[in-house]
Amino acid sequence: MAALAPVGEVVREPAARRAAGVSARRRRRLNAFRYLVFTVFGLFFALPLLAMARFSLEGAKLGTWSLTAWSQIASYQGTQAVGIPPLISSIEITLELALITCTVIVLLLVPTMIWIRLRVRWLSRTFEFLCLLPLTIPAIVLVVGLGPIYNRIQRISLSSLMLFWVYVILALPYAYRALAAGLGGLDVTTLAEAARSLGARWLTVIVRVIVPNMWQAILNALLLTSALVLGEFTIAYLLLYNNLQVELYSISRNTPNAGVLFATSTAALAFAFALLLILSYVGRRRRRSRG
Amino acid sequence: MTPQATSAQEAATRNAVEVQMTGLSRRYGQVVALDGLDLTLQPGELVALLGPSGCGKTTTLRLLAGLEDADAGQITVAGRDITHVPASRRDMGMVFQAYSLFPHMTVRQNVAFGLRLRRAVAAVRDRRAVEMLELVGLSEQADRYPHQLSGGQQQRVALARALAIEPQVLLLDEPLSALDAKVRAQLRDEIRRIQLEVGITTLFVTHDQEEALAIADRVGVMRDGRLEQLASPTDVYSRPATAFVAEFVGLSNRLAGTVSGGVVTVRGCDLPLMDRSTPDGPAMALVRPEAVTLASGYPADSGPLTGTVIASTFLGATSRVTVDLGDTTILAQLATADATAHPAGSRVTLAIRPDPVLVAVDGATSAGEGA
Amino acid sequence: MAVAATTKTGARPSRAGRRLAVPAWTGTVPFLAYVGVFLLWPTGIVVVDSLKNPSGAWQLSNITELANPLVRGYFIGSFKLCLLSSVAGAVLGAILAYAVASGNPDGVVRRLYLAASGVLAQFGGVTLAFAFLVLIGPVGLLFHASWFYEFPWGIGLIYTYFQIPLMVLVFLPAIDGLKIQWREASENLGASAWQYWRYVGGPLLAPAFLGATLLLFANALSAFATIAAWENQIAYVVPQQISTALSSEVGLSNVNVADLLALGMIVMVAIVMTLYVLLQRRAARWLR
Repeated sequence: MAALAPVGEVVREPAARRAAGVSARRRRRLNAFRYLVFTVFGLFFALPLLAMARFSLEGAKLGTWSLTAWSQIASYQGTQAVGIPPLISSIEITLELALITCTVIVLLLVPTMIWIRLRVRWLSRTFEFLCLLPLTIPAIVLVVGLGPIYNRIQRISLSSLMLFWVYVILALPYAYRALAAGLGGLDVTTLAEAARSLGARWLTVIVRVIVPNMWQAILNALLLTSALVLGEFTIAYLLLYNNLQVELYSISRNTPNAGVLFATSTAALAFAFALLLILSYVGRRRRRSRG
Repeated sequence: MTPQATSAQEAATRNAVEVQMTGLSRRYGQVVALDGLDLTLQPGELVALLGPSGCGKTTTLRLLAGLEDADAGQITVAGRDITHVPASRRDMGMVFQAYSLFPHMTVRQNVAFGLRLRRAVAAVRDRRAVEMLELVGLSEQADRYPHQLSGGQQQRVALARALAIEPQVLLLDEPLSALDAKVRAQLRDEIRRIQLEVGITTLFVTHDQEEALAIADRVGVMRDGRLEQLASPTDVYSRPATAFVAEFVGLSNRLAGTVSGGVVTVRGCDLPLMDRSTPDGPAMALVRPEAVTLASGYPADSGPLTGTVIASTFLGATSRVTVDLGDTTILAQLATADATAHPAGSRVTLAIRPDPVLVAVDGATSAGEGA
Repeated sequence: MAVAATTKTGARPSRAGRRLAVPAWTGTVPFLAYVGVFLLWPTGIVVVDSLKNPSGAWQLSNITELANPLVRGYFIGSFKLCLLSSVAGAVLGAILAYAVASGNPDGVVRRLYLAASGVLAQFGGVTLAFAFLVLIGPVGLLFHASWFYEFPWGIGLIYTYFQIPLMVLVFLPAIDGLKIQWREASENLGASAWQYWRYVGGPLLAPAFLGATLLLFANALSAFATIAAWENQIAYVVPQQISTALSSEVGLSNVNVADLLALGMIVMVAIVMTLYVLLQRRAARWLR
């Protein structure tokens, strides 16, 4: 597992001027290549999604347009007989799950990572190993082993929100890598020594000095975690919980209402995409250009 | 210089080529990086381009290397027009600022890489690599990887790699700026030794004036994409062509004075002007610290050049003393014995030696900002 | 309840460092406890239970069940699908990542592709299967293709669809790490574009590429949502069979089947991982 660490770790500094200072001939060739790639991949990625979006707007007769399916998202009541709850409740639960998972993962990971960088360096290899481990233990394997543990959790609460316990584990590698990238660019030790010499306590060092310098990384970690939770199906389904993806699956299996299915799927995708795009702008730090 | 080195130099210089750049221009969007530059490098000569960041010195070097295209102008090497030859066929060795060694190749493989691209036989490649590593004094390190070397050693390898392909021209892009002061001085002298030994026409870009003055046959001081002065190190220092050069190269005091008939009067001293056609009127005279001396005789209680010592920087045989004259401060470079005799707080009276000076006509023009 | 107690302190591991008497590593206890309970324990349960019989006694002969032709079929199916989608995803993703990396680092294109990659890499699952069904399914808008239902081609295509974005995300930093000086230095020494990639760019990216491909493989192995929504008539891959074993109510006897299949997956990952470490050691001698 530790062997996974070098993935993408060649990085030290972004090559900001990559395209800026090359000879005109190479830039022309490069641009031709880029536009070709963007067009081909853009089509490949967009076509299925557009097809789905188009289908969600299908009217009663083939080839007509209608917003009916979209207007049903909020009001779709599910089918109690086959255990499908109202759609809106699944959406709520999924959003709440994303929120809880994000909170827990930040509270769990950020202080621990900083603490290990500052005081317990000898643990860092083990720590990295543990954080990346979920990448190689398939979620479905985890489900099999989680059975007994979730039995106990269910004695306390039956809410689907309890899924966050394991979602934190699933998101661990992604959050870790985002945070590690942010911390890597900081000289944490010097920052801490400077703050300590000015009289700050360790808690102050972490909360007031280091965390403000890694907002971008925390934001990235939150984005990846949210996207993961919004799209999670396997564990929720197999542990017999309900979330958005499980509900969509159930609708597709048990009712013929394809319209609302595609409308919700499209909306969820668009929502996640908008979230990531907006936050990528909010969190950006201006790169300094050198002359 | 030992006799052998001299003969090697002569032998090599016979093969050295002339590099000529005419009317080179380059702009990035609105920014003019290079504005009609003319520069000729004599065969075997080392020219250092010096200037603040953004002055166009790096652009010049990259245009010569072919890493960027000129908007206008022409480059010839040994009379051949190479303006539109791609970088990979220009036959120029280049040493970058830092981190340009291929991290996955050993030192030997790095040095031999250019020959490998030229499909040289393995034996030839190896012999040449060994030769080059001997030249830069790194034979022992041949099988190490770059990350196992110090910064100075890495730059030596980069130099060996650039020279291994027997290029016509050597290009050095601030090769010392990422190194410690001590290594920097040492490697600087070594680069010069090797350059003379190989006798290769060389362009050296730096923002460090000391480096440029120490290493070059001629120094070109650049500003805003233009060459302000191209002359020998001594000329650039003692006979700067413009106020910008005077201020950028070495330290200068800016002292208010009045120009009249080819003489500028500064705080009671008449100083001859380098440029006798300077128009009359108020001006800022640029006076080197070494032209400022202690006045002989008893210190006067007051006078335009009497003040209090506020700081003294020990430089070795001489010391640089900062004196507060009331309305301004002045730097004087004194013998250390004199400086010690006048510690901070003591009153001194200074004199200005009547060396020819330049004036900054436009008071706002300052070279200091980019340096 | 051990589980509840762990998170009470989970939020502030920094407390421990304040008093000198407490060793610094205690600050990591909340994290270690969390990972222990929700990652290591379940994995341990899988390993242990797969080697027991349903009544709880050790029965190491369970392992031989993995050689059962039926079981082996699922593993071969999984392997085919993972190999296809991870190799295709890695190659195509690397090309896309290079195109993205060579543009303006603050540009719109890069933002768009990164945001989309973030969504599509994680979000695939159920939604993606629907999208493809609409496009080339029975009433497909684009066309109806019979190969779409042939394992592993159709499902491999959908898997590749979410593997490419994942590749972009994990491989982009490696490409960003290629220093422009390396390109310029090799050009300066006389290298053509092809020679640069052959001798410099390629070897430098190889370790990261291998690592990313492995990640994609593991990702495909554990993917279940897409194939669950794509087709539920026939089980082709291990996760489907685990799902069946978990949900069928035949009684206790089936529980260990799921454990055993899960163990098989762990073994599979371990094999791939070992292979990777060996390859990596060759490709990245210069890293150490």
